[in-house]
Amino acid sequence: MKVKMISRNPDNYVRETKLQQHKMPRNYDPALHPLEGPREYVRALNATKLDRVFAKPFVCNLSGHRDGVSCFGKHPKQLSCLATGAYDGEVRIWDLANRASSRNFVAHDGFVRGITYTQDGGRIFTVGDDKTIKVWKAEAPEVGEDEVPVNTILSKFGLHGISHNRKENKFATCGEVCAIWDEKHNDPLKTLKWGVDTLHTISYNPVETSILACCASDRSIILYDQREAQPLRKVVLTMKSNKLAWNPMEAFNFTVANEDCNLYTFDTRKLQTPLKVHFDHVSAVTDVDYSPTGKEFISGSYDKTIRLYNAHHSHSRDIYHTKRMQHVVCVAWSLDNRYVFSGSDEMNVRMWKANASEKLGVIRPRERVNFNYQEALKQKYAAHPQIKRIARHRQVPRHVLNAQKKMRTVKEKEQVKEANVRKHSKKGKVPFVSEKKKHVLKEEV
Amino acid sequence: MTKTAPKERPKAKTPYKRYFETEKGIKTENDDGGLEYVKLKSKNRQNFTGDFIKMNDKAKKPRPQKAPAKPTQKELESKPKKNPIPEEILQKYSRGEQVQPKGVKTRHFKEKQTRKEVYLEYATEQAARTELLLQETAGQLEADDGETTAEYRQSQIAENVDLQSSAKHFNLNMEFGPYQMRYTKNGRHLLLGGRRGHVAAFDWVTKRLHCEFNAMESVEDVQWLHVPTMYAVAQKTWVYFYDKKGTELHCIKRLNRVNRLDFLPYHFLLAAGNNAGYASWLDVSIGELVGNFNTGLGDIRLMRHNPRNGVLCIGGGRGVVSMWSPKVREPLAKLLCHSTAMTALTVDPKGQHLVTAGLDRAVKVWDIRMLVQDKPLTHFQLRLAANELDVSQRGMLALSQGTYLETYSDLLSGGGSGDGTRLPYLRQRCDAFVHGLRFCPYEDVLGVATAKGFQSLLVPGSGEPNFDALEDNPYETSKQRREHEVHALLEKIPPELITLDPLEITGVDAPTLQEKIDAKRKLFHVKAPRINMKSRHKMKGRGGTAKAARNKQIVKDAKRKEFIAEVREAKKTVINQHTTKEAAKGKDKAPRSVLDRFKPKPPKKQKT
Repeated sequence: MKVKMISRNPDNYVRETKLQQHKMPRNYDPALHPLEGPREYVRALNATKLDRVFAKPFVCNLSGHRDGVSCFGKHPKQLSCLATGAYDGEVRIWDLANRASSRNFVAHDGFVRGITYTQDGGRIFTVGDDKTIKVWKAEAPEVGEDEVPVNTILSKFGLHGISHNRKENKFATCGEVCAIWDEKHNDPLKTLKWGVDTLHTISYNPVETSILACCASDRSIILYDQREAQPLRKVVLTMKSNKLAWNPMEAFNFTVANEDCNLYTFDTRKLQTPLKVHFDHVSAVTDVDYSPTGKEFISGSYDKTIRLYNAHHSHSRDIYHTKRMQHVVCVAWSLDNRYVFSGSDEMNVRMWKANASEKLGVIRPRERVNFNYQEALKQKYAAHPQIKRIARHRQVPRHVLNAQKKMRTVKEKEQVKEANVRKHSKKGKVPFVSEKKKHVLKEEV
Repeated sequence: MTKTAPKERPKAKTPYKRYFETEKGIKTENDDGGLEYVKLKSKNRQNFTGDFIKMNDKAKKPRPQKAPAKPTQKELESKPKKNPIPEEILQKYSRGEQVQPKGVKTRHFKEKQTRKEVYLEYATEQAARTELLLQETAGQLEADDGETTAEYRQSQIAENVDLQSSAKHFNLNMEFGPYQMRYTKNGRHLLLGGRRGHVAAFDWVTKRLHCEFNAMESVEDVQWLHVPTMYAVAQKTWVYFYDKKGTELHCIKRLNRVNRLDFLPYHFLLAAGNNAGYASWLDVSIGELVGNFNTGLGDIRLMRHNPRNGVLCIGGGRGVVSMWSPKVREPLAKLLCHSTAMTALTVDPKGQHLVTAGLDRAVKVWDIRMLVQDKPLTHFQLRLAANELDVSQRGMLALSQGTYLETYSDLLSGGGSGDGTRLPYLRQRCDAFVHGLRFCPYEDVLGVATAKGFQSLLVPGSGEPNFDALEDNPYETSKQRREHEVHALLEKIPPELITLDPLEITGVDAPTLQEKIDAKRKLFHVKAPRINMKSRHKMKGRGGTAKAARNKQIVKDAKRKEFIAEVREAKKTVINQHTTKEAAKGKDKAPRSVLDRFKPKPPKKQKT
């Protein structure tokens, strides 16, 4: 008789001393792991719930300005550096790592309209309501020295915005006209005009660096080329656009923040219809900024909230608000893709996490593996109704909720009315117009 | 002493390569001394206003060579992989066939799907490769020439195995019988309950007694809960929970006159069947009854849960096995297994087979993943009806007929003595009537509870040799046990998910043919919805109640008319869908004529 029985040597399964790790023999045979599907589903559900439990996006509040914050300037090379301008003409440079203001000076009479760093981060350009462009050193002056601008340029025209070229020593301002400047000259190289009163905002394309885009007060968006003598193209929307941001990765796309509560993403090659209309805000959208990955952007609005959007989705993925935050005027996404900033009317700059439930601080490898696993689970089961409901739910302020309700009823009413008109008119007389096409009036070349 | 240079770490022969990379990924790299090929734009597209100077000495660079075309399916098959994995091992770890991207909409999702399949294949392969790391091999028993394994007695086997294993063969004589018994999920602890009140819990490997007491009441059944520190005992009227020391933790008065207990470890449900036909599920983590209803089957004596999906299989007196879920008051499925009353039933640990025995002296094996079949997979005829059944982790069947006990090494073919006949693998005559029969998980041991005590028998090759420590660990410390309990509680599956197909939750929620048909049929019996109209509040003198009522009636009538028209339209489309073909057939026929009778008659249908 040949006989063998399972007889385990405990030495192989029990640790010898307390200093050792427990021995965990694994067997991945599916027969030993029953109910795979339901167990994984429960794990995904728990991961989604934990995600909402840990969603605490607010990082800190940077206070110091004595009037509303009007604009941001991101340092191209230092993550911990942010410049902000205020309504009273004061500019503050923040040390974000220490959450303190490292430097402040009064730059202009009246509003600071725009701040930008040069591409090497050595100088700061500011424009203000006093029709001047001022150039400042990026380093703080020595002890005892006064804050003096390196250069002050008096402009003939009013100035509303500034943007620096990504590669060359040129920058552009907007106001009554769009002007291209060289850093070394006190007169503009070129002025470009397309028959409008005011250009509110200007932005250089980060990849095709001689292309510029402006938003004008006649509800239009204008594209310029700094090499050409004439503007390139123009598209007119139903309402005014407040801000414009280029997608840094897909640099042929840009997004505008519009007065009609929506954001529009356009493809420069096809301006007739926007690629996407981004809904969800309930009041005028004041500012927009892309994440460095180009996959997401942030928008701030007059409805006292900021929202984060996936660049290809029409509805926001998250909403941030606090009780004390008033109308948001400017927003920015940090260049390491982890934080977002918002500046608002009540003089504060706020710092938020870009991913609301992200854990800050050191993450151990096992923790990292667990986070990755939870992320994969959430994605796999995202379509299940229970999980979808939990992942999507957001508590919004009462005034936003009411406004949403109101907007919904207005929209429903319009739809009913249109349907009724269509019903009682000749076939084809009242055409179906898609939501995308409704908001673009015309394109001019 | 001379110093020797420290040995360098052996370098990897080939650069590290990702699993799904083909050869081309490496070859396309430019290695021409760091010079890169720059494509010049045409003159008018450049941001340059000077003139070009042509350099003649610079030879035109050849275009980077095209990567070799993807190897075809044939080439892939002919080229052997470096460390191939046997097909049957891959099959064991496979979660089913690949999803073909054929019906997937848009190229983006198609590519996503194919990429996903690559990852899944990789995961399967990696899981299969872990087979190398398994430490133990399964037990076995081989007979010498001219002998059969069925001849061997337990004493002979115990003599021929190592000391540690021979200690696993033991008898306990106790006089409070007939006994019921359970092993814990990790196979380490044993719980015995005698009809006349005797309850004993012990670590059967080290033979250390945890507790022993007399409940002073009849004990019908015993069952471990999710940890080996707590167990439930079904006593004369109520179910009691005790801890390892024998302290009474709870008395569950809502579970009364219970005959059979079972525990679903992943759902934390204690299932109980009572003698009035009630099936109850108690969630032991929150202490709530999640399901409690009358099955209408009368006294429940045969009850096992299916480990694959958590469905409770209850054997009725009329040879019918019905399957129950706590949240559905009707059985999920019913299976007519025997024409006579049933005597025993069990489900194998993988949840593939249901084994039933009846008074017709037959033992039948059914496939419970495919419930549409009308024949059992196997059918044994015995001389006496089997009164207890159990299936081991590796698919060994044990059955008892009164005091006589047999094991078969293969569930489907029976037999197993090694000589090709249907002689049992092992057989044993116990000294008393057998009342309980369970294989010990992860051990080659069969526990037999009889009228006079307990016997632990050696059955080589019955248990799974390699356990997964994250699932069940026979060597777990108390700290590990506590941690495992927390993890298990976090992953507790809600009772609503107990369905016949456990993978339903991962599938696409597409309507079945039956649901589609039902939806269409429903169209013909819909009622007009009630219309709740609120008339606008009008100022005084702008219409009275009569006018408002009249307006309301008008609106209601209009809505109803609209609804009726819609339904009629929908019905028409449904009818059209199903009649067009037949109608077309009818139209093809030429009109009948008087001369038709001269045409040759169509051939008559042959009777079959």
